[in-house]
Amino acid sequence: MSEPSPTETASVAAVTLASTEEKPAPRRTRRRHPRRPRRHDEVETQNGAGWLFVLPVVIILGLFLFLPVIAAMWVSVSNWSGKGSPVHADFVGFDNYRKLLTTSGLAQRDLATSVRNNMYYVLLVVPLQTIVALGLALVLNARRLKGKGFFRTAFYFPSVTSTVAIITVFLFLFTASGSINTMLEWFGIHGPRWFSDSRGVLHQLLSGIGVLDPKHPPGWMTGHRFLGITFYEWLAGPSVAMCALIFLAVWTTGGTFMLLFLAALQDIPDDLLEAASVDGASSAQAFRKVTLPLLRPTMFLVITLGLIGTWQVFDQVQLGTKGGPSKTTITPAYLSYDTSFTGGKWGQGAAISFILFGIIIVMNIIQRIIMRERRPKSARHQRRVIFDSR
Amino acid sequence: MSTVPANTAATEPVTGPDAPIEGGRRMPPMLKRALAYAVLVVFACFYIFPFLIEIGTAFKTDPDATANAMNPIPKTWTTDAFRRLADANFDRWFANSVIVALFVTAGRLFFDSLAGYALARLHFRGRKAIGAAVIAVMAVPGVVLLIPKYLVLVQLHMYDHYAGMIIPLMADAAGVFIMRQFFISIPVEIEEAARIDGAGTFRVFWSVVLPMARPALITLTILSFQGSWNEYAHFLVATQSPDLKTLTTGVGGLVSGQLSAGNQFPIKLAAATLMTIPVAAVFFIFQRYFIRGATAGAVKG
Repeated sequence: MSEPSPTETASVAAVTLASTEEKPAPRRTRRRHPRRPRRHDEVETQNGAGWLFVLPVVIILGLFLFLPVIAAMWVSVSNWSGKGSPVHADFVGFDNYRKLLTTSGLAQRDLATSVRNNMYYVLLVVPLQTIVALGLALVLNARRLKGKGFFRTAFYFPSVTSTVAIITVFLFLFTASGSINTMLEWFGIHGPRWFSDSRGVLHQLLSGIGVLDPKHPPGWMTGHRFLGITFYEWLAGPSVAMCALIFLAVWTTGGTFMLLFLAALQDIPDDLLEAASVDGASSAQAFRKVTLPLLRPTMFLVITLGLIGTWQVFDQVQLGTKGGPSKTTITPAYLSYDTSFTGGKWGQGAAISFILFGIIIVMNIIQRIIMRERRPKSARHQRRVIFDSR
Repeated sequence: MSTVPANTAATEPVTGPDAPIEGGRRMPPMLKRALAYAVLVVFACFYIFPFLIEIGTAFKTDPDATANAMNPIPKTWTTDAFRRLADANFDRWFANSVIVALFVTAGRLFFDSLAGYALARLHFRGRKAIGAAVIAVMAVPGVVLLIPKYLVLVQLHMYDHYAGMIIPLMADAAGVFIMRQFFISIPVEIEEAARIDGAGTFRVFWSVVLPMARPALITLTILSFQGSWNEYAHFLVATQSPDLKTLTTGVGGLVSGQLSAGNQFPIKLAAATLMTIPVAAVFFIFQRYFIRGATAGAVKG
């Protein structure tokens, strides 16, 4: 989407990053060119120095980012077994991809399951963490509030600590007789055995309101398959174990994104809101019509980062659940790792990596389209949209 | 049922900010502020309590930890968990983490600022292309590169060596970007004066520009230290020998298997506590910079 040029004040990082892919920064440097006296020899020396300066970064990023991608592309169309040099492996065409996407079998089912699991994770984590982050930022942004620094620190601290430490704590909190269940007990709720409970929440919910009988799921749901698993399985929702991981993600990243929102909120000039209130807008109206639109670029950034991040869940799964119980927490990232390192099927593992890459790209394109559509364009554009849709 | 915690997390912030805003007219400011505090305090409890449990349980005995999960204060204080950690080679992991974090941080400071400076100021052929490539690289999801990175490390004979742990992390696109943005923001005139006085490009960079970049360098130091200290996936695929375990892979192994099903939480949580202390210390000392950099670091996802 064409970013509305962000307020050029503080929160530099947040805002500039929001427009990373847009023009502002390069344009600024381009403008500098003609202003400079361009003596021939100066340009010469800088050519050398310039390359020398960027060389270390170019080498490192080239060797450990660019080259790996090339290597993995090759491996994903080879039958490399992990032994010897992958250069000598045999070319197998798109066999690995076919096994994962079209040939029915375990590989296809596992990939579909991992995509399903991660999809529910994304669907819940992205909105929840955005809401938590925005909510906390709005409360913290209120004027004449004491102890802001303390609260901000408390909310942000989990983002600073390592996933390893946090998953350790969460594994403990979510044990059968752990703190979470003790707390639920206070409200008379008998908590589940979180990390070993593979029941799908959506299944539970639907059967709870009597729509679905888990013992006799409707035939059209069990009879039809997509990517090797039945509609019924697609509709399982996140498992109880996955919910614990979702909770962990929201808890950890809420603070990071809160800072982004906070920075953006502080950029909103007070007189704008005052003007709205003078014009007779209620606080709710001012929030909807003034604050929220001004937060758009940040919202876009937070959702983009959220989408990219949540499709990459790996650490928590590798450390905490190893994909279990009943594969309800395997994610594409973990599956790719497990297929390669444990299963020794490197070609397949690499292929999963590229499929995941594809998913992330597609998700971001979809998000861009959705967020662009909702933006009120000129009346003419709106008319055209209405016109076209008929 | 199982969605209960997720639900409370979701609804509270909505009512939180909404309440004080919606009631703007009707609600007296006192009540409004009280509500804001209530929301903040409830959430602060949610955020702080897990850490209290973490620290408290580290000093508990195994049965005490299992029986009184909710109480952060041990019945009988014991440092047994910490003693057992020493037997588990914890000090070696700690040393490895320190080594890696130091080298990675030093490398990123130097290389990122060199490249950032070149991209901001120097005129050389291909600058635009490299600038664009750096930004494009930031968009590549890290997890996707895990297996490929392992392949390359093996080919370069860096697998299971410090070199393989450190060198791939020694430059990062986000850091280059942060430094570039900073260098663009400072005035060119000073550099030009130095250049007229006959200083070479590196000299200008090293003794004129870099000292001015202190705030950006501190931000980058913190981000790099925190990033490499907490890095897990890269070390997981780059090493296998026990001697090269860092805190993340070492404690990770402890948590995810070596102690098996047994509820040996005190030792695990003691490890988690100890590994958090250095980052926490850096966080509290440099908080100002941390929060400035967080927004930039978030790009890594």
